[in-house]
Parts: sequence; structure tokens; C-alpha cells
Amino acid sequence: MKPITVEVLGTGCKKCQQLEANAREAIAALNLEAEIFHITDPIEIAKRGVMSTPALTVNGKVVGKGKVMTSEEIQRLLQM
Amino acid sequence: MFDPFYPFDWLATQIVTRLLGLSVESHLGASLHFFLYDVPKVLTLLIVISFVVGTFQSFLQPENVRQWLEGKRTLGGNILAAMVGIVTPFCSCSAVPLFIGFLEAGIPLGVTFSYLISAPMVNEVAVVLLWGLFGLKVTLLYIGFGVGLAILAGYIIGWLKLEKWVESFVWQFQKAHQDNAQEDNLNANHVTWKQRFQQGWFQSSEIVRSVWLYVVVGIAIGAGIHGYVPTTLVTQLAGSSNPFAVPVAVVLGVPLYANIAGVMPITEALVNKGMPMGTVLAFTMAVTALSLPEMVILRKVLRPQLLAVFISLMTFGIISIGYLFNALLV
Repeated sequence: MKPITVEVLGTGCKKCQQLEANAREAIAALNLEAEIFHITDPIEIAKRGVMSTPALTVNGKVVGKGKVMTSEEIQRLLQM
Repeated sequence: MFDPFYPFDWLATQIVTRLLGLSVESHLGASLHFFLYDVPKVLTLLIVISFVVGTFQSFLQPENVRQWLEGKRTLGGNILAAMVGIVTPFCSCSAVPLFIGFLEAGIPLGVTFSYLISAPMVNEVAVVLLWGLFGLKVTLLYIGFGVGLAILAGYIIGWLKLEKWVESFVWQFQKAHQDNAQEDNLNANHVTWKQRFQQGWFQSSEIVRSVWLYVVVGIAIGAGIHGYVPTTLVTQLAGSSNPFAVPVAVVLGVPLYANIAGVMPITEALVNKGMPMGTVLAFTMAVTALSLPEMVILRKVLRPQLLAVFISLMTFGIISIGYLFNALLV
């Protein structure tokens, strides 16, 4: 199976770190092979069409923005 | 007039007079009363308001704001942008994505600025502190003049046609946006009330956790001033007779962004001792709207010339508001 790429978009605020932790937890819970990147450059964030941080992308697609998604929510998204 | 903070006042008075046997007129008694009254009052307000704002934030995602502002022309757009800025939360960390996002949707530069000025200036922490420490009237004046400044400064920036001083890569987003404009808001809109409350709670606990210490320390310093510093000293240094008080307050406000929660209680004590209100309003606006970290972040998308125009307009506007107030309210 192809490894999944997950990006956490956030400029380093606490919420963004929480989201990254939740994403890692979700990936571990599902036992997936995934690479996690934390994007902090605001211009890179804007390039992905996101205006409110923290946001999350899976394989380059924005799946949630402006909120801290829980590990369960992220698990659901990863299984789709 | 009905005072929603009366219970806090009553409790503080009881502790100082009954429990400690001090008069609230004495130096120590006055200081303690100030501290015991302000700390619970400000923290309660902070918890409640940031919870409410955090809960309703989910209705006002920047994507919604962008939709409302799309296609609006100047003036009307400036007014709407500044008004929307009152109710939307804002973090200087998202200033750049927001700026690019607005421009790429074709929202005029001046309208974008109106929003960018009003949103951080009228934020929940500043409003809570102003309301808790100086009352509702001052808070409404602050919001009114803040919005007015946002409209005017944004309008002027639009009128001067300064688009050439926005970093050129920003405009490339605009082209890209038009190509894939349809795939927006896929699943970002599905939020339950439980999630909204969770979000509110998260926001509230985060804000309180990050500012409570500043609040307590600031109020302690304010309490010390309240009880011990003589009024004449304050009126001499910061009173309306000192013409430089307003600009000095504005300059002092710029690097204090993160510490607004600690600094405002100190200004409260100074106001009690005769520092005029306009100076405080100017100071608060400088802290929220001219913050150093935001300027550094905005430099990524603005050429220095535009940043300079923006800063000068704001500085001039804020100082004028300060003088205007001091002249009107003496």
C-alpha cells in the first residue's frame, strides 16, 4: 500500500500542535504507514487555499480547517 | 445603573473589611480591595466571553466572510469588512493566509485592509479588559472608533491604489484561484453543536491558560499603584496637561501585544489617578492594531512601502483619536 501523506497546516500555535498530536494518534490507532509534515510557512498555507489555521490535508487534499479535529474524526477521514 | 459586577465588589469589600479588619480607604486596604475585586472579575469575564466567542466562531469562518465581501466595491465594502471584523476572531498567525485568500477572491485591497485592521483591534481579550476595567461606555467608544479607523484607513489605502506594493507573487494566486474556485467548502461546514461547544471550551481554556498570569501580575501592580502612588504624580506625568502623553502611550503600546492582559489593569489604576481616557484608548489600539509580530508577518506579503503607509496611517489615526477623546472628555 502506498504511504499516506498528511500535512498539518499551522503557524505553530498551540491548537496546531494539538492537531498534529491528534493526527499522529489517529495514524497510530489505524496502524497506517503515513508521513506527517507540519507546514508553518504562511505562504505555503495560503497556497493550499486555507485561510484559517489549523488545517489538515491528506494526500494533498484539504480535509478540515479552522478547528482542532479529534483523533476519531481524523481516523474516519483516513479510512475513506 | 445596574452593575453586573456588584457581587465581586461586595465580596472584595467583605474580605478586606470583615476578614482582615482594614478600611478600604487605607493604603493597604485600597490595594487589596483593588486586587480582590479585579482578579475574579476579569478572569470570569474572560472565561465567559471567550467561551461564547469560541462557540460561535464556527459560524464565521473566513470562507464565509470572504463570500460576503466578494464583489463588494469600496466604501460599502470597507464598512461591511470593518463591521464583520468586530465579530470574527482573529489570530495574527493567520493574517497572511487571510490576506492572500481575500485578494485571490478579488476583494479590493482597501476592503481587505479594513478587515485586517478591525478584526484584531476588536478582539475578545481587549473587549473583556476594557469592559471589565472601564465599563461598557468606554468599550463601545473603543469599538466605534476602532471600526471608524478601520473603514477610513482601508478606504484611503484603496483610494491610493497601492496594489503595486503588494508582493507580486500574491497576484499569481488570484489566477490560480479562478481555475479551481469550485472545489471549496467540501466538508468544512458540517459542524454539530457539541463540536461548537467543544471548540468554545477549547478556545476559552486556551486563552485563560495563556493570559491568567499576566492578568494577576498586572492587577497586582495596578493594585500597588492604586494604593500607594500619589495622584499628583500621575496627573503630572500622564495627565491631560502633558501633550506628549498620547504619542508616548502609542509608542509604548506597539511591542506589548502579548501582554495586553497584564498592562490594562495597570492603566486602570493610572486612570483612577487622573490619566485621561483618550490616552488609554490610544494605547489599547496601539497594542492591538499595531502589534510588532503582525507587522513582521505582514511583511511577507507587503512591500516595505505599503507597510510604511499602513503603519503611518494607523499611527496618525490612533494618536488623533487619543487627542480627540482627551479634548472631548475632560
